[in-house]
Amino acid sequence: MTWFETLQAMLSSPLMQRALLAAVLVGAAAPVVGTFLVQRRLALMGDGIGHVALTGVALGWLVGTWAGLVPSDTLAVPGAVVASVVGATAIEWVRARGRTSGDLALAIMFYGGIAGGVLLIKLAGGTNANLVSYLFGSISTVSTADLWWIAGLAVGVLLVGLGLRHALFAVSHDEEFARGSGLPVTALNMVVATMSALTVTVAMRVVGLLLVSALMIVPVAVAQLIAGSFARTMALASAIGVAVSVVGLSITYWEDVPPGATIVLLAIALYAMAAVTRPLFAGRRRGDAPHHDPHPELPDDVQLPVARG
Amino acid sequence: MTGTPTGAGTPAVLATGIDVTLGGHQILQGVDLRVERGEVVALLGANGSGKSTLVRALLGIAPRTAGEVHLLGSRLGNGVPWDRVGYVPQRLPVGAGVPATAVEVVVSGLVHGRTLRPPRDARRRALAALEQVGMAAHAKRSVLQMSGGQQQRVLIARALVREPDLLVLDEPTSGIDLPTQETFVATVRALHERGGTVLVILHELGSFADLIDRAVALRHGRVVYDGPPPSARGEHADHAHDHTHPHADPAQPGAGSTGLSMEVLP
Repeated sequence: MTWFETLQAMLSSPLMQRALLAAVLVGAAAPVVGTFLVQRRLALMGDGIGHVALTGVALGWLVGTWAGLVPSDTLAVPGAVVASVVGATAIEWVRARGRTSGDLALAIMFYGGIAGGVLLIKLAGGTNANLVSYLFGSISTVSTADLWWIAGLAVGVLLVGLGLRHALFAVSHDEEFARGSGLPVTALNMVVATMSALTVTVAMRVVGLLLVSALMIVPVAVAQLIAGSFARTMALASAIGVAVSVVGLSITYWEDVPPGATIVLLAIALYAMAAVTRPLFAGRRRGDAPHHDPHPELPDDVQLPVARG
Repeated sequence: MTGTPTGAGTPAVLATGIDVTLGGHQILQGVDLRVERGEVVALLGANGSGKSTLVRALLGIAPRTAGEVHLLGSRLGNGVPWDRVGYVPQRLPVGAGVPATAVEVVVSGLVHGRTLRPPRDARRRALAALEQVGMAAHAKRSVLQMSGGQQQRVLIARALVREPDLLVLDEPTSGIDLPTQETFVATVRALHERGGTVLVILHELGSFADLIDRAVALRHGRVVYDGPPPSARGEHADHAHDHTHPHADPAQPGAGSTGLSMEVLP
């Protein structure tokens, strides 16, 4: 069998088709949200939401069991959506207050999320093994119903993230200026938090809750090394997200390796490569842009005060 | 106050009884400020006297615990014509490494109030604003790679891209190279000439001296002076010196109109 025939076989498998579609959608949407998170120094927010989402998965499972639904994890994704949105809103609320005790409050919330998930899944009649597929992803078991959830949420996140990108950029880049421009800063921050929450639930099946944040953040880390503008960073990060998701998933078709971990390690390998080759890009950029300081080197005419409000 | 929401007869800035408490400390106490349309007003005071906080409270950045603010005739909030208000902060916040070009930063000045998407000609307007501050050649460079003075000019362009009627500048002269200071002065002069209002925080009148119509001084969070721009203490060492001014004095509300002299620098 040639590689082409193998590729054809892979693409004609319905299971693989669903998985690839999910990977493309998640790979494209996650870094868009991630760009805003990195810009506002909230790279770890996705991790926090992932922890809280686990409780949501277990709650959904519990409710599904009580309601006698088959299979009993029908409500796992909706449960995760609700829990992550609540969790993300809480994280944003704590961040906006800027209290020093906020750090501890967040830590306690994250641990509570994991512990609550483990406890509730037991009550729901499941085992920790059931949780593993959510913690580490199980893209090969994506059902058609899951795919609808993933597609709807990913398209929604992309539409909001791209449609409001200028306003979200303004808020993430200089929050004080945005407030002084009369922008609804609190509402826009909540939009970013909600988008992060939805992305976490969308990416949960692909890379797992523990690695969800990596798919949001690592492509952005790669892109910002190479790109020179915000728009290009976002576009490149999204492209990298799609590429590593599809390639990582395809590898699992031939090799028995976990897809989530493969995707994340691929992205990190890209980051290492970009970091090593960055001086080449930087050198090229210096060549085609005016890099010299046009100001003459003159001493200040006054003794300048230390700039403090 | 009577008048239509954006009535031209109303003051550009009208603040009454502003109290601001930050971190348990009362930073501003009962501050009143009125800036008429077309006026260039300097806000003076030592470090920590509350100048920046006052400006931030006027724009709704710092939360007020008491008091009312009207900008361009509308109460602070959604009613303010935000497309007519420009603000230049002291510096760009330190980002997390995501690059943003000068054009992208200036275009972000075109989203304001309930306008969440920039207009179609946003890019053209942003380039024109960068041209005004002499940064057109750097339009596509990342602001992270720029010097402090260049970043400051991009911030001026971000305020100018709105073609503001009211421009608020926070210490445009501190720690800035001379060409950028000159850009600030030229910006204020151009805006003043077409009838715009400027509120500028200064440590010393310096190169702005001949543009300033009136000065308001803060000390310990209160207004201690409101009147014609004072001379620098260095030039008038004699405290009994009678201050005279070449132009007619505007109405001087409140006490303390006896020609307070401002200290330039220790």
